Amino acid sequence: MNDKPEKLIDKKGVRLDGRKADELRPVKVQVGVLPNADGSAYIEHGKNKILVGVFGPREVHPKHLSMSDRMVIKCRYHMAPFSVQERKSPAPSRREVELSKVIRESLEPSVFVDLYPRTGIDVFIEVLQADGGTRCAAITAASLAIADAGIPLRDLVVACAAGKIDDTVVLDLYDAEDKLGMADVPVAYMPNLNAVTLLQMDGVLAPEEFETAVNMAVEGCKKIYLVQKEALRTKYMTTVVKEEAEE
Amino acid sequence: MVDEIMPTFFEKKQLVTPGELLAEGDYQPGENTYMEENRIYAQRIGLVDAENKRVNVVALRAFYVPKVGDIVIGTVIEVGFNGWTVDIKAPYTAMLRASDVLSRPFKPQNDELSQVLNAGDLIVAKIASYDRAHDPQLTVGEPGLGKITRGQIMRVTPTKVPRVIGRKGSMISNIKQETGCQIILGVNGVILVTGKNTADEELAMMAIRKIEEESHTSGLTDRITQLLKEEKSKMEENKT
Amino acid sequence: MSTVLTRVKQKQIAQLIDAGKRLDGRGLTDHREFTIEEGLIERAEGSARIRLGKTDVLVGVKIETGEPFPDTPNDGVLTVNAELVPLASPNFEPGPPDENSIELARIVDRGIRESKAVDTEKLCIEPGKKVFVVFVDVYILNHDGNLIDAAALAAVSALINAKMPNYEIEDGEVKIKTGYSPLPLKSHPITVTMAKINDKLIVDPWIEEEQVMDARISIAINDEGNICAIQKGGAGFFSPQKILEASKLAQEKAVELRKKLGW
Repeated sequence: MNDKPEKLIDKKGVRLDGRKADELRPVKVQVGVLPNADGSAYIEHGKNKILVGVFGPREVHPKHLSMSDRMVIKCRYHMAPFSVQERKSPAPSRREVELSKVIRESLEPSVFVDLYPRTGIDVFIEVLQADGGTRCAAITAASLAIADAGIPLRDLVVACAAGKIDDTVVLDLYDAEDKLGMADVPVAYMPNLNAVTLLQMDGVLAPEEFETAVNMAVEGCKKIYLVQKEALRTKYMTTVVKEEAEE
Repeated sequence: MVDEIMPTFFEKKQLVTPGELLAEGDYQPGENTYMEENRIYAQRIGLVDAENKRVNVVALRAFYVPKVGDIVIGTVIEVGFNGWTVDIKAPYTAMLRASDVLSRPFKPQNDELSQVLNAGDLIVAKIASYDRAHDPQLTVGEPGLGKITRGQIMRVTPTKVPRVIGRKGSMISNIKQETGCQIILGVNGVILVTGKNTADEELAMMAIRKIEEESHTSGLTDRITQLLKEEKSKMEENKT
Repeated sequence: MSTVLTRVKQKQIAQLIDAGKRLDGRGLTDHREFTIEEGLIERAEGSARIRLGKTDVLVGVKIETGEPFPDTPNDGVLTVNAELVPLASPNFEPGPPDENSIELARIVDRGIRESKAVDTEKLCIEPGKKVFVVFVDVYILNHDGNLIDAAALAAVSALINAKMPNYEIEDGEVKIKTGYSPLPLKSHPITVTMAKINDKLIVDPWIEEEQVMDARISIAINDEGNICAIQKGGAGFFSPQKILEASKLAQEKAVELRKKLGW
């Protein structure tokens, strides 16, 4: 189980999972999957399976956390114990605390927080299965869930990572590539406003490689954005198109 | 230029998603849209429409935001010292002051208030005041408002309430006529149906649910009337 | 936040920045004056205290022995923790680490770990059984802005200052000998944090600038000039072009600081 592969990407530019350097894993999203939540979405990005539920806008509890002139956004990123290879304790890890914060900060720029003072929205992210790039898939689903809750947005937020394996900058690393690779750069993006709302990096990259990675991730985001819009259209289309063309 | 009007959607309105560019140039941002520099974008999922250079999006998914004068149906959730806290299915809970309900000055004793209205009671009320800094205040001091004692409650997405009313109230009048029910439509999407019997009430509720599902099709008013007539005659047959 | 900046002050800061100036007279890309004091905590194996303007951060390094992680049996262990102690700011409350202190610790950790600042292979005593564990504890003593850079600089200084006891293995037991050796280091990463205000990048934000900024970005650069960690923070955003601008600026500042520090 622990035998490290010699190369993560071969001479022909094919990765261990058959993809090319700039190829995304398959992404599928569904909107409005949780009947009790005000908004929800479920995403499968590669082998990642993530469910997001959104509640609000509603009154903030405890009251001292509410803000008099704007909406408060709370976000909880949590991994199920069975989501990873070695069972993970259900208690929040330091990584989950950090991710909850950066994910919240990636979604906040998209929300018109000034419109509903003294209210809050809760975004609950549950990672049911993880295979690298969970924070990106989580953001993509969370933004849809917020839109599904009818909360006014500047744009949808979509996320994707790029990185470096062996000596090649590649798009959308899965878990093995992330662990054995040289760098990972997750990016969240609002396409219509050309705005990066999350950017992290670990590993080592020369400045030019970093530039390539950011641009590649942004392009990946634009492709996933189309999947997001399609998911929204699919859900709301059924309420619109029942063309009984009776005049 | 405004997004093209797509002929495949019956009402000739295009489905847009948050952040979609709707127009550029000499236009005004209307409902559920916002302006950045001279470009207008959608804020919510909905159907875009332009009227006299004003771009609007009719939201398919939105929560209720109180407006002064709205008639709403809510549930009392807490009995307080000088009034009640009411859940009106909005981002803010509403307050109904005791002074609004009781005709005489009252002594602030909890017991008294809970005998007038208790947690779990349903009321029809009007939004008396509401602004950014304060939770909505309700009033029941008008005819037709007050505690609900009979009937059934249902909820629809607030954005569909106008469709349930219909043009000049045509849709809702038809339902009332065919089922013999009294129907109060809260702007907040909560609806009270009161009939002579449960069968009539359920018929009305089924019709309303159908309207919610097929709200963007045409000929709906006629189809609903037809459906109600059919169901009603079935009910008559079963009686005999 | 309990200390709210007055609207007048906010406007003042933003206006000055538009004119390319800052309240304390600095240029947009200037760091505050700073001093680093090393070895002030004798009980710790290594320590350093930085005063970056009025931001005051103390880092202590403790070195102990322990078991390696199962997937890296030949490597020592490095762990970074941060505490925003209540006396450092009216907004810090006592209690378990909150998201801010966890984020701070993890950003500092990433810079050190990814640059391989500590040569963890040289910390191996007995492969798979015993290694040195390096604890880096960041203690914020006064918060006046840019805790990330202050903590990162102090942490690396403390690691440079740190000494490991000399030892030998006798019958599978670690026997401490006399004398000390410096902690084996391979790199001296430098982190540069920039705030975005009115679409301009401000290096080393001071606390009031942090309250006005719409976002920040922290970039860690290793000795070779390569990037080894990045973290965007705050509820605002950057255009991709602005990010590349920040990357260039961080590289320039890292070179400047490296010279100043002699790393």
